[in-house]
Amino acid sequence: MNRRGLLTSALAAASFSGLATTARAECPPPVLRGTGALGLIVERASGSLALVDQIQRAALARIEGLGDLSHASIVYSPCERYAFVFGRDGGLTKIDLLEARIAKRVMQAGNSIGGAISDDGTLIAVSNYEPGGVKVFDANDLNEVASIPAIGAKGAPSKTVGVVDLPGRRFIYSLYDAGEIWIADFGAGATPELTKFGNVGRLPYDGNVTADARHYLAGLFGEDGFAHIDLWAAEPKCARVLSGYNAGREKLPVYKMPHLEGWGQSSDTLLLPAAGQHEVLALDLATMTEKKRIPAHGQPIFCVMRPDGREAWVNFGHPDNDTVQIIDIPSLDVVHSFAPGPAVLHLEFTARGHEVWISVRDADRVDVMDVRKREKIAEIPVQKPSGIFFTARAHRLGS
Amino acid sequence: MIKAALMLTTVALLAPACAAAQQPRDKLVSLVRQDCGSCHGLTLKGGLGPSLLPQALAGKDADALAAIILNGVPETPMPPWKGELSPDDALWIATRLKEGFPR
Ligand code: HEC
Repeated sequence: MNRRGLLTSALAAASFSGLATTARAECPPPVLRGTGALGLIVERASGSLALVDQIQRAALARIEGLGDLSHASIVYSPCERYAFVFGRDGGLTKIDLLEARIAKRVMQAGNSIGGAISDDGTLIAVSNYEPGGVKVFDANDLNEVASIPAIGAKGAPSKTVGVVDLPGRRFIYSLYDAGEIWIADFGAGATPELTKFGNVGRLPYDGNVTADARHYLAGLFGEDGFAHIDLWAAEPKCARVLSGYNAGREKLPVYKMPHLEGWGQSSDTLLLPAAGQHEVLALDLATMTEKKRIPAHGQPIFCVMRPDGREAWVNFGHPDNDTVQIIDIPSLDVVHSFAPGPAVLHLEFTARGHEVWISVRDADRVDVMDVRKREKIAEIPVQKPSGIFFTARAHRLGS
Repeated sequence: MIKAALMLTTVALLAPACAAAQQPRDKLVSLVRQDCGSCHGLTLKGGLGPSLLPQALAGKDADALAAIILNGVPETPMPPWKGELSPDDALWIATRLKEGFPR
């Protein structure tokens, strides 16, 4: 095979013409390039992705034809060449970043919510709402490897949420209707060994694991609190933490479900969104008790830790979703607030946190900010942007 | 779809400035697509919340659906929207949902 042909990227050509609709330029000059500073931004209304370059601070190409991308999320292969996109409509799409095109696409369910890639990069797990359960695919060809129905202890099928990877070809996820947490272990091959934690709490709506693969937490919607499993324990058990944070006060209507994606552990502190309060909850991971309830601008959606853990940047749900607040970790206080624009849906830091990209959906724009100066340095036009996913995620456990 | 959109503009144009609490229709359309869509799906085909497509709502009364929209469903993620929407808004949304919601 012609090596240069393989690495010839249409990106260079596409970048000259701005956001090209397809990236199939006929005769681009051959370019060798890395993917470590690339990323994808979900254009939720048009079912497309903007392929972006963090160094140029620009969109290189648009990749179309991905179906319903509301709530879409993305994981990357270990080589950072391929992205796997989980669409709302059950579509699982493999993207080739170097060629800026869809490499393979399958409809794997009626309705899905997110997914994960195994530590060795060989398996893709997808969490499904309809018909529920988790399906697992070969990362190479997207052929189905396993389908794991989520039948809870009461015998009813369940939606699954918050699927993330654990070391050793394992995935952990929560059963929304059944109130359980399961681990599917593919260490021995294509037939998973399941470990089930029952009675974890009512309606777990999302889950995530800390980067050391120690703490899995699921946010509960049917009660105030989180389900926690210490995966380093000799015999892991599930326990409730931060229970009753709404007790004795009015719970506000939750117009948008909070997310645990993008969270971060900073020393012993983990920040979590409170459902029903204008607060961010700081959990002490050493004692598993509440450190502080941090008053905030609205109900938090994403509490994204700066990669060095020095501060966290938080966005909010409707009707407070024009604002971002910065929480200082040593003091656990809000130290800065600003309003990027209408409908701030997501934020993503560069791998070492020198810049942050913020999607402002209703302004059809992504803002790039200098993190230390807290100043905007670029605007990128993107259609109805939601999630922003940089390739550095390839090397991080969890979501 | 185009027809629905045109009808919608007409409705918006004809609507006199009588109902102060009533939101402009295109704002409601975008609220349903975006904010209801975050749980029910942008295409309203369902997500954490059930499908709100005409087939799914066929046997259900618009008034009853409007009441669900205003009051929510306790103990589930369906929030009460009465702080954000007037009864007229809710009934308008419920009726349009049963017909096939405009884009
Ligand atoms: C935070 C998530 C969430 C949001 C946002 C949300 N819903 Fe719901 N909705 C639900 C859930 C969950 C249910 C199912 C409740 C149950 O179990 O009965 C539901 C149920 C409903 C039902 C009843 C459906 C039926 O078949 O009985 C209607 C109608 C409805 N929602 C309309 C809306 C509208 C209109 C909006 C926006 C103004 C909205 N919802 C926003 C989660 C949500």
